[in-house]
Amino acid sequence: MGKVLTRNIEPGKAPTDMAAYEANGGYQGLRKAMSGMSPQDCREVVSASNLRGRGGAGFPTGMKWSFVPMDDKCTPGHKYLVCNADEMEPGAFKDRLLMEYDPHQLIEGMILSAYCIGADISYIFIRGEYIVAIERLRKALEECYAKGYLGENILGSGYKLEMYVHPSAGRYICGEETALINALEGKRANPRAKPPFPQVSGLWGRPTIVNNVETLCNIPHIIDRGADWFKSLGVGEDAGTKLFGVSGRVKNPGCWELPMGTPIREILENHAGGMQDGLQLKGFLPGGGSTDFLTSDHLDLAMDYNVIGKAGSRMGTGTMIILDDQTCPVGMVLNLIRFFAHESCGFCTPCRDGLPWTRQVLEDIEQGRGKVEDLDTLEYQINYIGAIGNTHCALAPGAMEPLQSALKYFREDFERHISGGCCPYHSGRGA
Amino acid sequence: MPMIYVDGQEIEVVQGENILEACLNAGLDLPYFCWHPAMGSIGSCRQCALVQYQNEDDTRGRIIMGCMTPVSEGARFSLKAENAAEFREAVVESLMLNHPHDCPVCAEGGECHLQDMTVMVGHRDRRYTGKKNTYRNQYLGPLIHHEMNRCIACYRCERYYRDYAGGKDLGAQASHDHLYFGRHEEGVLESEFSGNLVEVCPTGVFTDKPFLKQYSRKWDLQSAPSICQGCAVGCNIAPGERYGKVKRVHNRYNQDVNGYFICDRGRFGSGYLNSDLRLDYAGIKNPDGSFFAVHQQQALDTAAGWMAGKKIAAIGSPRASLEANYLLRELVGAKNFVAGFSDQEAELMGSITTILQTTKAINPSIKQMESADAVLILGEDVTNTAPRVALALRQSVRNKAFELAEQMGLPAWQDAAVRNLAQDQRSPMTIVSALDTRLDDVASTCVSLAPDDIAAFGYAVAAALAGELTDNPSADATAQMLKTAKNPLIVSGSSMAHQGVIDSAAAVADALDKATSMLSFCVPECNSLGLALMVADGLGGSLSDLVKRAPKLDALIILENDVYLRGDKSQIDQLLASGTKVITLDIHENSTLDQSDLVMAAASYAESQGTLVSSEGRAQRFYPVHSPAAERLPSWQWLLRLANVMGHKKLSKLEHFDHIVAACAKSNLLFAGLVDVAPLNSFRDRGSKIPRQTHRYSGRTAMNSGVSVHEPQQPKDHESPLSYSMEGLNRDQPSSLMPFVWSPGWNSNQSLQKFQSEVDGPLKGGPSGVRLISSSLQGADLSQQIDKVTLTAHQWHLVPMQQIHGSDELSAHTEEIAELAGRGFIAIGQKVAEKLSVSEGDGLLVTQGEVECSLEVRILSRVAKNCIGYSVGYPEAQGLTAGSLVSLKADATWQRSGAEMIASDKASFEQVISDGGASNV
Repeated sequence: MGKVLTRNIEPGKAPTDMAAYEANGGYQGLRKAMSGMSPQDCREVVSASNLRGRGGAGFPTGMKWSFVPMDDKCTPGHKYLVCNADEMEPGAFKDRLLMEYDPHQLIEGMILSAYCIGADISYIFIRGEYIVAIERLRKALEECYAKGYLGENILGSGYKLEMYVHPSAGRYICGEETALINALEGKRANPRAKPPFPQVSGLWGRPTIVNNVETLCNIPHIIDRGADWFKSLGVGEDAGTKLFGVSGRVKNPGCWELPMGTPIREILENHAGGMQDGLQLKGFLPGGGSTDFLTSDHLDLAMDYNVIGKAGSRMGTGTMIILDDQTCPVGMVLNLIRFFAHESCGFCTPCRDGLPWTRQVLEDIEQGRGKVEDLDTLEYQINYIGAIGNTHCALAPGAMEPLQSALKYFREDFERHISGGCCPYHSGRGA
Repeated sequence: MPMIYVDGQEIEVVQGENILEACLNAGLDLPYFCWHPAMGSIGSCRQCALVQYQNEDDTRGRIIMGCMTPVSEGARFSLKAENAAEFREAVVESLMLNHPHDCPVCAEGGECHLQDMTVMVGHRDRRYTGKKNTYRNQYLGPLIHHEMNRCIACYRCERYYRDYAGGKDLGAQASHDHLYFGRHEEGVLESEFSGNLVEVCPTGVFTDKPFLKQYSRKWDLQSAPSICQGCAVGCNIAPGERYGKVKRVHNRYNQDVNGYFICDRGRFGSGYLNSDLRLDYAGIKNPDGSFFAVHQQQALDTAAGWMAGKKIAAIGSPRASLEANYLLRELVGAKNFVAGFSDQEAELMGSITTILQTTKAINPSIKQMESADAVLILGEDVTNTAPRVALALRQSVRNKAFELAEQMGLPAWQDAAVRNLAQDQRSPMTIVSALDTRLDDVASTCVSLAPDDIAAFGYAVAAALAGELTDNPSADATAQMLKTAKNPLIVSGSSMAHQGVIDSAAAVADALDKATSMLSFCVPECNSLGLALMVADGLGGSLSDLVKRAPKLDALIILENDVYLRGDKSQIDQLLASGTKVITLDIHENSTLDQSDLVMAAASYAESQGTLVSSEGRAQRFYPVHSPAAERLPSWQWLLRLANVMGHKKLSKLEHFDHIVAACAKSNLLFAGLVDVAPLNSFRDRGSKIPRQTHRYSGRTAMNSGVSVHEPQQPKDHESPLSYSMEGLNRDQPSSLMPFVWSPGWNSNQSLQKFQSEVDGPLKGGPSGVRLISSSLQGADLSQQIDKVTLTAHQWHLVPMQQIHGSDELSAHTEEIAELAGRGFIAIGQKVAEKLSVSEGDGLLVTQGEVECSLEVRILSRVAKNCIGYSVGYPEAQGLTAGSLVSLKADATWQRSGAEMIASDKASFEQVISDGGASNV
């Protein structure tokens, strides 16, 4: 398989500028669309490609776009396309790669996506710490305006689009699309209640699409080479390629573009080089910090949205975090819960006050003060905080995923903490 | 109407409402925190969880939030389902993680929604063993006490203060479980409606600060249905008393008038009732000018001796009840009764009452004003002249948002979604005023014009509406705005003291010629309109007329009126020092009282009953909260007794308050409705009077034992259906007789929903108050003459600036209100300030003929040409007259108040403090 999203990215190779991007087939999709394809034509191609959102939820992109009111069904005013580049999921670093090394690919994808939904203003809402990416995107935007790919009358098509880079002021919750919209409006980054969905009432109350960086990077290739080509890239149920990442104590942590449906074992063993010497795989979070643990029993599963879903976890961002047999699973879960408790926006009660409560129970267990009934309390909290619908958004249920699966697969470790009065992985502590 | 099933029980619901509302309407107890009937749903607290089932076969269902889920035909829910109940309990358990459990020392205790909900969900034992988060509290000014540790982060304060009331200086800060609700730095809350935080907060974060200084539990307060005397809006209030002191004022729901909210003058402005200025005894003046206290009978005999068979006259009061004014007028005869307005005010009130009866437009209730989709304000700073109306106008500009939401099928209660959809799109509001107003921030257009030009603008709008060509594009645009609106509203009033402004507003309303158009006037005092209606026959003449007649009079009797506020000092001196015997009834000391020969200690509104007519023309009854202390008597009783002693033929026949009401109702066609304002004295609810005390009222037998161990008999109320007792029912009596709200399990003011016929709907006890006047098809008869004022160089046009805190005679005697009022001021534009080389906080000498005042400079952002504003009603500005021409110069002797500490001084000050405190200084 040839690389698609990372075809311009090589270790040690300089990031692509306009010339390098165009030299390698860049902006062909845009040229194709602007010379004769209507927005509806483009939308149909994207729908037919079976592209699913790469931000974590895996929602079909074409379907998401189809809810945007078009033409006479839309009240007069702006429509917006927003790129969600607020990559803050623990363990995820794939969007950063795409933006730092091939910024034009994202911009082309955004112009095309904006065209599809009739947006006239677009924003790249980017994690504030991604200073290099911000710089390179801004430079790329300048190049685009200079070339007439952005602004009035793009490539003589009459289509007009403005694009801005908006660095986030921080906070994990900005990755939630409605919280992102609030942040973009200068409000507190609290998620909004749905309905209404952003597609009809989003940024400034207007129709808005928020897509992940990687999702948008796929668009130029789909438009340029067609839906069937795209579908043929996957080796499993899902279409296209995906950036998979592995972090944790493996020999070669990193990020690779592989076909959708690549088996986990292949990613872990062939690309990440397997576990470091002397360590055994105990479990892994397949899609980042807010997904359920899977274990070595699941290594032969294909990295497809539905396959991972059926196994009791989520593919999420496709960036795995590996737990080895010498790292404390309680400590790992506590670390994640600390993060999520701190990143709660504070809007709804179960998340705001429930997560710190969970953190406190886990701290007690990890530090050797745990009681047997604490495990019941944890189960209670999982039930209370973890169910979708109990909370205002998906942050807290996501936070509970590693905990609930840790209790399922590594319950013995929790019990050893409590019975031993100390963390068995940290000798001399709490003993 | 759709049917839904809750735990198998079939419930008829209102199309479009949410399931929380449906449950409350059905009388079910579903706990909630963040939802508020006036502010809708945001789904933050997650307390109102139920289980919703897909269909009859679905036995699992899923948890949903009641406030965020619309009802639909056949929908199935369970409130009792174990998982829902467990979830609701878990929510309270987690809210309690950081709550300090300081109920015994918390002012909210006993009327705390959090307490109620905690008991309701059955939460008892807490599993959390970690440390609690603690917060630093802020100084928020003299009215509101802040105790952040108690916060459960329901966001109600922020949503009320910012979204509903338009405040800018309080909000949510930080995030996760470190949320903080307060100001960006300590300081006095800016909103005129900050007091509602006390009732909006479901726990004790924001509490009533003056109340804390003299605290009693809610269950120990004796309350009565009352009407705010702070302005003419007529908000319904429930003052609470213990130990003879009115301790606090709470909102009393009236759907048509104030709803859930009152302004800060109304809530905190009753402190004067407990002040040292109050009169306890009647007194006769000694030759040396001091007063000799006498018993009631002696005072009455003396007064009767001075009055019977003599030439007498009387001055009424726009702040006294209709009944007291009526009795006084009957006592001296209509020709000898002067209303007690200033001459200027009398004229304005006269024309307002005429217009209200002749205009084609509706004189709207506050609730109706909220429905306006285009508003024109002529000359009023409504926030300062009729505060509660301004709060309604803030809601009216949201009608655009509701319209957009409706187009999208979004229910109006989806508060955050509706706001996100509409963003800053608002229904149009044009404000035409001489100076800044506090509604400028929501207005689509602000026009700054001198009072004469405001009137001209109004007439131009009227002309444009009539299809005439005008050369005023902004008036044309305003006309267009009103014309295209469904429910246009014109607001004006008397605060500009300008006849033309009032007339032009009426001209606009009539030119609109729409059945739905509304015209509302802001008038000065709680009974201005009632009194104006009473004297509409014009028999008594003006105050100036009376001054002329004064030397021929034997006696002059003045009812609750400091006449020095009604005319020139020289004129009033002449009136009171003309050798006439002056008899004054009032509640507290003032300049008029000092000049009187006999004073009678009148009971305050909290100690007497009476009827007031609001600016809407709504007659409403207030009742005594407690019986008058010492030798005070309600004015109507003083006057009735006086009439008896004098042997007045007609009045001697009257015995009870109800008789006066009946006689008053007969005296004037417009007053016919008075008999229906409230139930008769004989009304009984299931055989009992309505108790003013809660059934948990404690210490009744012991509360006075510090004075005497002999338990006094509970006072008897012979004049109203209310009793000074805890016995009886407070359930579904007529709304005008609702002293407080309480329902089993609902100890906080949230129990109100048990008294409403439906959520946010009218009270079960029916509407309260009677509209005495209504518009006609005739159209107002107006003159179009505007006499232009000509200015000479270096002269400015003096525009009165009513201040919510400071301009009102009575509330200004409240310590906290006086603090907020600050010094009397003169308000100028930046250019004038530069010309005079003064800045904010400097002093200016204002010269108006022979009157010279030294006032503090305030800089305004919007000032009409040649206009300056002044703090009307402030003692420092006494003598200045609205509309007059004045000259200005910098006051060289001025001392700036509240000297700011410069950094170097601050460092040394802190050094002194750390070295051993103030004793060293």
